[in-house]
Amino acid sequence: MEPDEQAEHLFRQESGRLVAILTRLFGIHNLALAEDVVQDAFCRALETWKFHGVPKNPSAWLMTTAKHRALDIVRRDATARKFAPDLRPFLESEWTMSQVVEEAFDAGGIKDIQLRMMFSCAHPQLQEETQLALILHLVCGFGMDETAAAFLKNTAAMQKRLQRAKTTLAGSRELFDLSGAQDVAARLPAVTRAVYLLFNEGYHGASAQSPVRADLCVEALRLVSLLLANPVTSTPTSHALAALLHFLAARLPGRVDAAGDLVLLVDQDRSRWDAALIAEGHRQLDVSAGGTGVTPYHVEAAIASVHAAARRIEETDWGAIVSLYDTLMRIQPSPVVALNRAVAVAQHEGPARGLEEIDRIPDRRRLLRYTFYYSARGEFECRLGRLREARKEFETALELARNPAERRFLEGRIRNCGRPSRTA
Amino acid sequence: MPEFIFLYRNTQEARREMSGSPERAQQSMQKWRAWFKDLGERGYLKNVGQPLDHAGKVVGGTKKTVTDGPYSETKDVVGGFSIIEAKDLDQAAQLASGCPVTDAGGSVEVRPVMRLDM
Repeated sequence: MEPDEQAEHLFRQESGRLVAILTRLFGIHNLALAEDVVQDAFCRALETWKFHGVPKNPSAWLMTTAKHRALDIVRRDATARKFAPDLRPFLESEWTMSQVVEEAFDAGGIKDIQLRMMFSCAHPQLQEETQLALILHLVCGFGMDETAAAFLKNTAAMQKRLQRAKTTLAGSRELFDLSGAQDVAARLPAVTRAVYLLFNEGYHGASAQSPVRADLCVEALRLVSLLLANPVTSTPTSHALAALLHFLAARLPGRVDAAGDLVLLVDQDRSRWDAALIAEGHRQLDVSAGGTGVTPYHVEAAIASVHAAARRIEETDWGAIVSLYDTLMRIQPSPVVALNRAVAVAQHEGPARGLEEIDRIPDRRRLLRYTFYYSARGEFECRLGRLREARKEFETALELARNPAERRFLEGRIRNCGRPSRTA
Repeated sequence: MPEFIFLYRNTQEARREMSGSPERAQQSMQKWRAWFKDLGERGYLKNVGQPLDHAGKVVGGTKKTVTDGPYSETKDVVGGFSIIEAKDLDQAAQLASGCPVTDAGGSVEVRPVMRLDM
């Protein structure tokens, strides 16, 4: 196979699978050993493949290499090391050990094992961001550098934090057990939230290099598909989250223009939106209605579906969007949601009403370090023809901008203030 | 054309460094494949050669002593070899300078093959 024919992130994907399988066998207290075995398998792959090329089924090659190594370790260390408690007796007997190792590597169970790893990472004693960093590192196979970069942290700090987090995980000894419905229900919100945040980091991230990091969005979609693949975790909430992520992912191709600059939703070329992802979003949204509760994901997905349904910005049903934001304000009030609602009101009833709504946001102080707060005000002022005020708002927004794309966007708005765009 | 053996030498640390993260391993492999491909297309690669396992035994001395592990007294280990065709040693060394093994601090030993008819 030629190098360009391989999966772009083959090693990353395999890493997530292999670490999960080996942790299942060795127990989560032996996570470092599992990571060692994976790295060793990668070393061998690298050294062989660079001479002979990538084999036809690289994934099977890595699995087999890791499996042999795992079996060696089990044979040598099972008694001394104390592996996963539920497997320990079987791994300590020559009669059963190879069968148990085979079973762990069986393709049919891999998704569940990864899911269990994801739930293990959403440990209640860890901060939200740490849970997410662990998921990126262990389930998505992001290296220390990439995980640090995803959170705009330096590598040494991230390494320290993940090291501590792994010690916390080690307290459990076994991967999270999905058979207890109550335990699953208790941890599912943290897991879905992590997936949501991961997607957001790719979609609105504060990265200096690029305003959109599609690879983070792709990983989030992969994780949500793990949730949907297991009946215990494919709850209406998971489907609602899946719907939301599909609708948003569909807009990714239109979100950045040829120059790498951000394009606002209202200015996007909708012919570039991905129709297949939109269709999947609608399908997931239908399934998500199966439950009794309405989560913020349901409402956000519904808002995204209204946008997706409008082939041109003029066809957008802003009234429906405003009322969905009203619902969102009831179940999950926040100044940012209120700001988004104000933007929808401005589209529906005009910029003066938008400004009114902004001034009415309770807890508006919390938005004072938020770029979009000022850029939204700038757009409304601009559309009201108050160009001096508009420029002032855009300038404040510019000071708070987090990356070059945001800065270029705002500089453009300052220059073109006299020629209002349709945007708000 | 004269032939040269490239011996790829690496330390254990460099070896682990190359697969320090999945993405790193991927990039490293892509670089190696691209490098070999380029050598091949330009007609320098006589035989891509073979990787060598880092395990091994050393047999030596009049008593034929057998020692485990490759070469405990040297820090770097030969991880593989290739056969290259080049105009002369200088050109061969020039070709070796692009080898990805150097990225993590490894080296290429370039050795002309001695021939009877020379």
